[in-house]
Amino acid sequence: MSDTVPSTHVVSINHDRCQGHSRCCSIAPQLFDSDDLGFGVVRGDGLVPEDLLDKARLVVANCPEFAVTLKRIAKAE
Amino acid sequence: MPRLPVTDWEHDFDHFDPEWTRDPARVWADLRSTCPVATSQRFEGGAYLPLRYADIYAIAYDTDHFSSQRIVVREQKQPVKGMPPITSDPPEHTPSRRILLPAFSPKEIQKHEQRIRAICVDLLDGLTNRRELDAAVDYAQNVPVYTIAHMLGIDAADGDLFRKWIYDLGTGSVHDPHVGMQALAELAAYFRTHIEQRRLQPSDDLISFLAHAEIDGEPLTDQHIIGALTLLLAAGIETTWSAIGSALWHLAAHQEDRRRLVAQPDLMATAIEELLRVYSPVTMAREVVQDTVVGGCPYAKGGQVLLSYPAANRDPEKFEQADSVVIDRVHNPHAAFGLGRHRCLGSNLARLEMTIALEEWLKRIPEFELAPDKEVIWSEGQLRGPRTVPVIVRTGDHEG
Repeated sequence: MSDTVPSTHVVSINHDRCQGHSRCCSIAPQLFDSDDLGFGVVRGDGLVPEDLLDKARLVVANCPEFAVTLKRIAKAE
Repeated sequence: MPRLPVTDWEHDFDHFDPEWTRDPARVWADLRSTCPVATSQRFEGGAYLPLRYADIYAIAYDTDHFSSQRIVVREQKQPVKGMPPITSDPPEHTPSRRILLPAFSPKEIQKHEQRIRAICVDLLDGLTNRRELDAAVDYAQNVPVYTIAHMLGIDAADGDLFRKWIYDLGTGSVHDPHVGMQALAELAAYFRTHIEQRRLQPSDDLISFLAHAEIDGEPLTDQHIIGALTLLLAAGIETTWSAIGSALWHLAAHQEDRRRLVAQPDLMATAIEELLRVYSPVTMAREVVQDTVVGGCPYAKGGQVLLSYPAANRDPEKFEQADSVVIDRVHNPHAAFGLGRHRCLGSNLARLEMTIALEEWLKRIPEFELAPDKEVIWSEGQLRGPRTVPVIVRTGDHEG
């Protein structure tokens, strides 16, 4: 994606991979929650505010099951 | 019969050897320089010890070739004794695990915080004014015993019984398998009484929950409930006791980390993950049920695999400075609670107990060190933790 296009970041969880380690909810509770069985869920639409981008990257790096992804997408305006 | 000492770790490994018990990470580091998978014919069917994180990850995910029906590696294969879901493979695994998951979700576990804190504070109250004490015997081992008793709705006074059974199931059965079988029988009888009582008078504890739980509209059999409760006891106590004990041992032996954690309590979250990575208590096992190849190495049907999450967590290809404790390490996707569908059911509980146990200890006993001339005794086999951590408490020694 070109740097000139306004962009933002979004997190998602691959629910086939998530095993409920809860690392996402601990590191970035603003972005992740857990369901009744303890599996991770993304809060809201998963859009990552600028000030939480580092936290989102940490979550991706710390998920032992490689279940979390962070994608850059074009900003809808 | 005494065990023959290991002279060739690559082809004759033994996770009960005194050298392993002393410092398993040293054994793994030496092995890594020569081979990615050690083997041993000491164990029935032959045993494998993969050391690479990538191979351990692959095996944990490959339930077609690697079964969980036997989760300990011993000379003679242990009889298959169901403790669902840890000993289950798919498809039976899914419902037996699912039924337990809600009770161990982060939100449910958080409800036990106050109780666990009270347990830790009570234990520390009992240690006031002691100049010498044992962080494992006097503290670490008691935290999970009382916590699990609380969750099962059992009198904490039965804690000594639990400890004996757990010892017999683990350490005791290494030298005499009958000791383990006897403990299982006693546990079954003990739980059977409690299950019957909860059927008549339900309360909000885990035994009541299981006594009234259903899978596909059918109540669980007594055998299933007893197996699951035995698992909660066996997996919920010695593991957490080991993790708390190792953490306190580390802080007693590494004054710079202890001082830093006391001065910066906000490092607790990363410190806990790092201590879990470096001193992961639990090694699992699998049985090879079909010939296969992982990471270029063959695994033959009938063999046993020592699935060492602790070794995976020390793999330098996965972690920088893998053998060092870095209490503010932020990039730490460790496998202390396993990988794949058998992720430790109690991981949220274990983390909470560990965090509270360390927080309360450091508040009350911020300054302590290993007692010189006294021995730290480490457990043997697949569960690693210090069984004694003699420490000296320092008071009024305010360091800058």
